Amino acid sequence: MNALLLTVFTPAVGAVLLALLPSLPLAGWLNILLSTLSLAGAVGLALDVLAGGPFTTANFHIDAFNVYLVVLTAFIGVTTSIFSRPYMRHVCDSGRVTHRHMRLYHAMFQGFMFTMLLALTTDNLGVMWVAVEGATLATVLLVSLYRTPEAVEAAWKYFILCGVGIAQALFGTVLLYFAAQHALADPASGLTWTVLYAHAGELHPTVMSIAFVFLLVGYGTKVGLVPLHNWLPDAHSEGPTPMSAVLSGLLLNVALYAVVRLKMLTDGALAGGDDAQLAGHLMMGFGLVSFLVAGLFLHRQRDIKRMFSYSSIEHMGLITFAFGIGGPLATFGALLHMLVHSLTKSAIFVTVGHATHIAGTQTIDHIRGLIRTQPAVGWGLLLGVVAIAGFPPFGVFTSEFLLLSATMQSWPWLTVALLVGLAVAFAGLFRHLHPMVYGARPEGQIPVSANMLPVMLHLGLVLWLGLSIPDFLSRWLDQATQLIAGSHLL
Amino acid sequence: MNLLHLTLTEQAVFVLAALVLFTSFALLAQARLLAAVHAFAWQGALVAAATALMAAAGGESHLYLSAALTLGLKAILIPWMLHRLIRRLALERHVESMTHPALVTMAGAAIVIFCYWVVLPIARLELAATRNILAISLSVVLLGLLMMVARRQAVSQVIGFMSMENGLFLAAVAATSGMPLVVELGVAFDVLVAAVLFGVFFLQIRDSIDSLDVDRLNRLTETELEAAEQEGER
Repeated sequence: MNALLLTVFTPAVGAVLLALLPSLPLAGWLNILLSTLSLAGAVGLALDVLAGGPFTTANFHIDAFNVYLVVLTAFIGVTTSIFSRPYMRHVCDSGRVTHRHMRLYHAMFQGFMFTMLLALTTDNLGVMWVAVEGATLATVLLVSLYRTPEAVEAAWKYFILCGVGIAQALFGTVLLYFAAQHALADPASGLTWTVLYAHAGELHPTVMSIAFVFLLVGYGTKVGLVPLHNWLPDAHSEGPTPMSAVLSGLLLNVALYAVVRLKMLTDGALAGGDDAQLAGHLMMGFGLVSFLVAGLFLHRQRDIKRMFSYSSIEHMGLITFAFGIGGPLATFGALLHMLVHSLTKSAIFVTVGHATHIAGTQTIDHIRGLIRTQPAVGWGLLLGVVAIAGFPPFGVFTSEFLLLSATMQSWPWLTVALLVGLAVAFAGLFRHLHPMVYGARPEGQIPVSANMLPVMLHLGLVLWLGLSIPDFLSRWLDQATQLIAGSHLL
Repeated sequence: MNLLHLTLTEQAVFVLAALVLFTSFALLAQARLLAAVHAFAWQGALVAAATALMAAAGGESHLYLSAALTLGLKAILIPWMLHRLIRRLALERHVESMTHPALVTMAGAAIVIFCYWVVLPIARLELAATRNILAISLSVVLLGLLMMVARRQAVSQVIGFMSMENGLFLAAVAATSGMPLVVELGVAFDVLVAAVLFGVFFLQIRDSIDSLDVDRLNRLTETELEAAEQEGER
C-alpha cells in the first residue's frame, strides 16, 4: 500500500516542487530523482503483488494486468528523465526555449507521469477518465513549447481532437454508470471497476454495447486509431523529443489499457447473447485498419519523428487487433507486445533526439551518415529500427510471432493482411533508415554529447525478452491473460 | 411514454432540457462572438437549473453541489473568461462569415434525429423516466462537435467544445442523477484547466498566424507537394 502511494504521488508532489524551483540544472537532477523514487515504489509494489497476489483498496486496484504497466511506466519515466536532462539543456542553450518554459517542462513532465500512474492504478472508471484527460492537459503546452507556428498548430490539433474524442468517452462512461445503476445493489459504486467486473453479467447488454462504442471511439482517439489518429504525428513531431518518447511509450499504452478494461466489462455483459464478440470485432476492425494505413503512411514521411509516430500507430493498431481477437494466445502476445513496443519505441525516440541534434534538422533528407559522425547514435538507431521492425532475436519478433500464430488459429485469412502490413512497414522504415545511417556524411557534421545509457538499457531488455522471458514476468502476463481472456495460456 | 404520467418536476426538467437543445442551435447559428458567449452562458445556467430541479425531485443533496458547480463554472466563470479574452483580442465586433449556414442547421436537425435513433434501444427499456433527456444530451454533445467542425474561428470552436461538456453534464445528471462526487469534481477541474489553456492558446495562435482563423493553421499536412513547398518557404 505504501509502495503504491509512493509510486503514484511522488510525481504529483514533484510537479509542484519543480514548478516552484527556479534553478534549471537542479531541476534536471531533481526530475531524475523523483522518477527514480517513483520507480522504487513501483518495484516495491511489484514485489508486494508477487508475494501476496492482487489487492484492492478503497480507491485503487492492483492486479497482474496493471502492475506490469505501472513498472513499465515508471521505468520509462526514469530513463526518459535521464535522457531529457542533457537534451533539454542543449535545447535551452541553443535559445529555443526560455527558463520559464523549462520550469513548465519539468513540472509538466512529472504531472504527466502522475496522470499516467493514476489512470493505471485507480479502481474508479470516472477517475480514470479524469486522469487520461489530465494527461492531455499536462502535455498540450509541452507540444507547443518551441512556439513555432507548426508547434502551435500541432498543439491546437492535439488539444481539440483529443478533447473531442475524450468527451465521447465520458458519454460512454455515463452510459456505463447508467447501466450499472440498474444492476447493482449499491448504485454509488457503479463506476468501481472491481464491483462492475464482479457483476458484469447483470449489466444491460444493449446499453453496454452502445456505451462501448462511445468508449472505444473516445479512448481510441488517444490510442491513435485510424481515422482518429490525425493529432498523433503532429504532436509527436513538434514537441520536444523526451515528450515524444513518453507519449509514444506510455500515453498510447494507458489509453489502450482503458479500452481493454472496458472490453472486459462489455464482454461480460454481452456473453451468451447474439453478438457476444461485438467489442472484439470492433477492436479488430479499428486495429487492422490502423495497422495497414499507418504502414502505408510510413513510406511518404519526410520528418523523422513523424515517421516513427506512424510506426507507433501501426503497432498500437496491431495490439488493438490482437486484443480484439481475444483468446489466451492473442492476449498474451498483445500484452508482451505492449511491453516491448514501449521499450523499443522510447529508445528509438531518444536516439532520434540525438540524431536531430547532430544534423540540426528533423528532415529525413538532411540526416545523413550518422554511423560515421557518431557510431553510438548510428548503431542505436539501426538496432532500434531492426528491433521495431520485428527481427529476431528482439522481443518484438517474439510477440509478433505469437500474434501471427493466434491469427492463424482463429482468422487464418487475416494472417495474409498482417504479413503484407508487416512487410510494407518494414520496407517503409528501411528505405528511410539506410541513407540516414550509412549515407555520405555531410561536411562539418560533428558529434554531440549523447548519453546512450537509456537506449542500451531498453534495447538490452528487449533483446532479453526476445531470448528468454523471465519466469515471474511470464507468470504475470499469464495471470493478466487469464483476467482478460478467461483462460490461462501456460 | 406518456408525458402526462410524469410528475411536474420531471416535466419541468424536460422543458429545461429542450431549452438547452434550443441554445445549442442558437450557438450553431450565431455569427457574433459575444452573442455566442452569452448563449453559452445561458446554456450553462439551464443545465444548472435542470440539475437543481433533479436534486429537489430526488432529494439528493450532492446534486445541489453539482448544480452550484455547473452554475459557477459554466454560466459565470468560463463565459467571463471568454468575454475578457474577446475584449483583449479586440474581437468584440467580429462577425464570422459562415459558410452554408442553412446546411449546417439542417445537419444539426439531422443529428438530433440520429441521436434519438441511437438511444432508441435504451428508450425501449423503460429503465428511467428521464431517458428522453439522454437523446437530448447526446444531441447537445454532437451539435457542439458540429459547431467545432463548421466554424473556423478559434473562439467559436472553444465555445463548441465547452457546450459539448454541457451536454455531458446534462447526460450525467439526467440519466444517472449525477456521477460520484470525486468524478464530478475531477471533471470540473479538467474543464477549468482546459478553459485556462484555451486562453493561453488564443494568444499563441494569434502570435503565430496574426489571426484566430484556424483554417490558416495548415502547415502540417500529409501531402508531399505541400510539404515540399513549405520546405522551400523555410
